[in-house]
This record gives sequence, structure tokens and C-alpha cells, in this order.
Amino acid sequence: MEQFIQQCVNALQWGSFYALIALGYTLVYGVLRLINFAHGDIFMVGAYIAFFVSTFFLLPDGLFGFSRELTLALTLPLTVVLTSLVGVTLERIAYRPLRRKGVHRLYVVITALMCGLILENGNLALLGASRKTLPDLIDKHIYTFGSIAVTNLKLWVIFAAFMVFIILHAIVTRTRIGMAMRAVSWDEFALPLMGVPLDKVIVFTFILGSGIAGLGGLLFAMSYPVLEPYMGAMTGWKAFIAAVVGGIGDIRGAFVGGFLLAMVEIMVAAFLPSTFRDLFAFSILLLILWQRPTGIFGLPTTTKI
Amino acid sequence: MNIRNVVLAAVAVMLCASQVWAQTPIRFGFPIPLTGEIPKVGESSKFAAEMLREQVNAGGGLEVGGKKYPLEFIYEDNESKPESAVNVTLKLINRDEVVGIIGPQSSRQAIPAGGVADENETPMITPWSTNPDATHDRPWVFRAAFLDPFQAPVAANFAARQFTAKTAAVLYEVSNDYSKGLADNFTQVWAKMNGAKSVLAVESHGPKDQDFSAQLTKIIGLKPDFIFLPENYSFVALIVPQARDLGYKGPFMGSDAWGSAELMNLCGNDCKGQFFSTHYAAAGAKGATREFIDQYQKKYGYVPDDVAALTWDAVNIMLKAIQQGGKVEPDVRKMRKLIRDNLARLSNFEGITGNMRFDDQGDPIKCAVVVEIADDGQFTAVESVCPQ
Repeated sequence: MEQFIQQCVNALQWGSFYALIALGYTLVYGVLRLINFAHGDIFMVGAYIAFFVSTFFLLPDGLFGFSRELTLALTLPLTVVLTSLVGVTLERIAYRPLRRKGVHRLYVVITALMCGLILENGNLALLGASRKTLPDLIDKHIYTFGSIAVTNLKLWVIFAAFMVFIILHAIVTRTRIGMAMRAVSWDEFALPLMGVPLDKVIVFTFILGSGIAGLGGLLFAMSYPVLEPYMGAMTGWKAFIAAVVGGIGDIRGAFVGGFLLAMVEIMVAAFLPSTFRDLFAFSILLLILWQRPTGIFGLPTTTKI
Repeated sequence: MNIRNVVLAAVAVMLCASQVWAQTPIRFGFPIPLTGEIPKVGESSKFAAEMLREQVNAGGGLEVGGKKYPLEFIYEDNESKPESAVNVTLKLINRDEVVGIIGPQSSRQAIPAGGVADENETPMITPWSTNPDATHDRPWVFRAAFLDPFQAPVAANFAARQFTAKTAAVLYEVSNDYSKGLADNFTQVWAKMNGAKSVLAVESHGPKDQDFSAQLTKIIGLKPDFIFLPENYSFVALIVPQARDLGYKGPFMGSDAWGSAELMNLCGNDCKGQFFSTHYAAAGAKGATREFIDQYQKKYGYVPDDVAALTWDAVNIMLKAIQQGGKVEPDVRKMRKLIRDNLARLSNFEGITGNMRFDDQGDPIKCAVVVEIADDGQFTAVESVCPQ
């Protein structure tokens, strides 16, 4: 029983990362009906930005020699801001020109896939293949209850995922810009006629999605401190699957889907031979999609890619 | 100076240069992992080989049958992938027409690449691969490292004594021939020593995994005396801290893939005090080994890991076989055959990773060391185990 609770804690922590990345996928999809396949790599860029920002500030060899608390306090907003800049830049140089030309969405998706590969290989060319490791930004404490162990970092990760979800949900459902985002997904062409600045709304969406990916990257780099250029690809794909299972385009879906995927992965490894983990995990997800092709929270629509 | 003088000078320089390099170079190919999962392994191999090449070429080249031949090394990236290892090995054999292959390093790449080298009748020495399949029934493939059926009992015996352990758990990477082979060997050996139920759990993970909490929670719940981790260093740096986070306080026993120069940069304090079996220990080395370590450290700024030392040995074995052949055939196929025959004839080699004898499979019989990761991050030898 204690082991089961421990596995649940593991799944909550691992699911937090899927949820954070899946939220970015679902935001962009929800607004633009675009699967932003570069999103996993934006998450990777976020982790690297966290690495550079923190080593830049951190004592003793950093530029300013700040204390660790101050470093973390500065790394957090800087990572989020810089990563969202990367996301906005991608939108600006890769997606917007295509959108202006009015090409089919499929081409934009392929462009996104290529942008992801460019980010991966650009990183490889720029920084080399050797692994980077994030310096310790917080003192790790391990709390044990019986045989259940949890670190303060894991609690922070879970807390952050829930906070992001609550804030994001509030933005989308309670604010004017959130209303505009929902309106874009409803009818992209009628919207400018109503005086809503379409490009601003889209940029805002990318800022939100990439910023969350940046936060995820920072937390991921703190929890799994071995950074490599391809780290975002696999995690990104799985998070995309999580978003689809949850019902892509729906924020609740991405959040629930992320935790569901992690729960399935961890429980399969826990109670079945771990060799078959992905085989069983994705078979289960396939069964879910079989029952509900549009995902748990998804509504049937006529055009999807 | 007018244009004619410049052209004349250039021609003169080229003539002089071609006088010096009149001999066709002896060309080796290195299909090594410069990117991917284990980039430090590729870097170490390249650095060690470059150091040796510069040394030999500075002395005018390799002396074979009274003439000196310069060495030319071609490095290709196998991306730590089996399929890329096959591709680049083929490229080296067919396009670059190398007379010998050094590499790939990990068994996961060395097993498929060895098949290619054997089919194309090109001699190959894999410096670091420990899985028997890399050289098994392949007359053209040799190695410089010991084998997993030897390494597994070394690790098992040491762990049984050091940790006074009766029970063990194993975590390995399922798609890696090295990791899986060693895990199987270890499980058999341990079960033979302590009974069939003494291996409490054998868990695995995939090549891209970063979270191991499910497997580790399962293992820790069974309370083994220690965890055996036949894993590449990049995974070790994730698994060991995660196990500590989950409240595991016992020891780990590692294998030779731990021994990268990068392990301590990635893993930090959590890996200190752990043990692993390996090919050589840099701390406290003497003689030619010391000389190699000092030279390498001076040139590249860090202590060479086992891959660097084994690559150095592997290239030297190849060079020795060429010298024993006594001549350099202009025809690549004949030259490859000559090298292979002399490699097969080689019965004894004094390397910096110890003395090796070769058996009829082309595998060296040599000693292993168990090292402890000291508090300053150095790998210090605890014991040396030699085959009977």
C-alpha cells in the first residue's frame, strides 16, 4: 500500500512535466488549430536557458556571484521571459509568413516539425554533444513518511503545475484576452471584422505556451539535471499524446491527460515487467482513444489534422 | 614579387611537401560516438588516437620493413546508434578504403559494425566493447577489453564481500546490448552464488528515459543489499540521485561504462563512495600508463578515462600487427589480409591497461580492476582481479 502511494507521488511529479508541456500544445492548437511540433524543443531550449542564466548568475564563478536563493529568484522570471521570446520568434519567422500566404495548415505543421529539428541540431552545433548539468539551486530535503519519500523539489514541481493550470484557466475563461483567444479558435476570419487584433492574440498565445514550457524546462533541469539537445523530443511527443488523449484544444484535457499518461506509465512499470512499459502504456491510451476519439474533454469537430 | 615568383614558390613548396609525404599513408577509420548518448566516449577515443598519431608522425611515421609510413586517421560519428555505426563503418571501408577499423566503442554499436567489418574482410579492433557477440565467430574482429562473462563475476564477488550482500537488484537499459548482456551475466552469477531467489528484481528502462522512479520504487520496496547498475554514465547520473531522493541508502555496484571522465561532472556528490569494475585506474598508475596519463592530461586538461586508454592500446595493437607483417602492400585488400593474419598471430601484448593474451576468438585475457569513487572524484583502485 505504501508502495502504491509512493508510485502515485512519482506519477504526480512526472505527470506535472507532461501537463506543463501539454498545456502549451493545447493552447496553440486551441487558438490556431495548429499542432506546434516544435513545442517539445522549446521546452528543451527553456532548460538550456535556465542552465545559462543560472550559471551566469550563480556564485562562485558566475558573473555577479549572487546567492543561490537570489539566483533562483532571477532565473525563474528570466527563463520564462526568454523562452517565450523564442516561441514568439518562431511564430514570427516561421508560422506567420505562412499564415499570411493562407497556405493549408498541414504545411505549417510540417514547418513546426522542421523548426523543432532546427532547434535540436542548432543546439548540437552550437554547444556540442556533451551533457550539461544545472547547478543545485535549492537545498534538497527528503521528507519521509514511513517508507514514502518525497523531496521538497518534487512538491514544488507539483505545486507549480497546479498553479499554472489554475492561472491559465482563469486567464482563458475570465479575461478579455482569454475571450479573444477563444474567439479566434471559433472564427479566425470574422474576428478582425469585429475589431479584435488577431496577431496580438496569437502572439499572446505563444507567449503563454512558451513561457509555461520555459518554466517546465527550468523545473525539469532542476529535477533531472542532465541536459542534452534531444531531451525535448521524446518528452514533447509524449506530452502531445497526453494532450490528445485529454482532448486537444481543451486546457483541462491537457492537464488531466498529462497526469493520466504519467500514471499509466508509472503504474505499468510498477506492476508489470518494466521492459514492456511503453508497449502497455500506449496500448492503454489507444484503448481510451478508441472509446473517445476526440479525447476525454474533446468535442467532435469537422476539420482536424 | 610578381605572380610568376609566387607560383614558382608554391610549386617548390608542394614538391618539397610531396617529397616528405612520398609514402602513401597508412589509413585507419574510427567509427566512434561523437554525438548522441555517450559523446564523451567519442571525444576520449579521438583525443587518445590523435595524441598517438601526432607522436608517430612527429617521428617520421610508422616504421615498417625499414621504411617510414605516415598515419592517417579518419573519425566518423556513429551518433551512439547501431544503424549509424553500420553506415559509417561501411563508408570507411568502401569510400575511404581504410586498412583497419578502430571502434565502435559500445557493444550496442560494435556488434552490428563488427558484422560489417567481418563481411567486408577488414580488420577491426573494438577497444571498449565487452559483449562476447562483438567478436564471436568473426575472424576479422578483435577487441582490447575483457568480456562481460568475466566482468560479471568480478562485480558479483566484490559486491558480496564489500557489502556483505546476500541479495541484489538489477536495473539496466533494455535496448543496449552491453547493458542487457551484463545484466543477464550478473543475474546468473549471483543466482549461482546465493540461490535462485537472491536476485530480488531485474528492472529495465528505455534508451530515452529520464525518470526511473517507478522501477526504483519497486526495487527499493524489496530492500536489496545493493543495486547493480550496468549502465552508461549519463544514466548513472540520473538513476543514483533519484534513488537517493526515494530514500534508498544502500550501495550501488557499477560496471565499466561508468568510468567516463564526465561521470563526476554530471552526478556530483551522490556518486561518491560507489564502486564499479573497470579496465584501469588512473590514480596510482605507474610506468607507461603513468606516462600516458600525464601526457594526456597535459594536452587535454583532464585525466583520461578507460576508453582513452583502451583506444590507445587498440591502435598500438594494430600498429604492432602491421610492423610484424614487415611490409605495406599497395593493394588495400592484400594489406587488410596481412594485418588480420598478424593480428591473429599476436599472442601477447603489453598495453597500458595491462598485459593481454589473446584467445582464438580474438579476445584478450586480462585483469580487471574495481575502483571506488573517492571524495575528490578520483577513481581509486581497490582491487585487481585476474583470470586464472
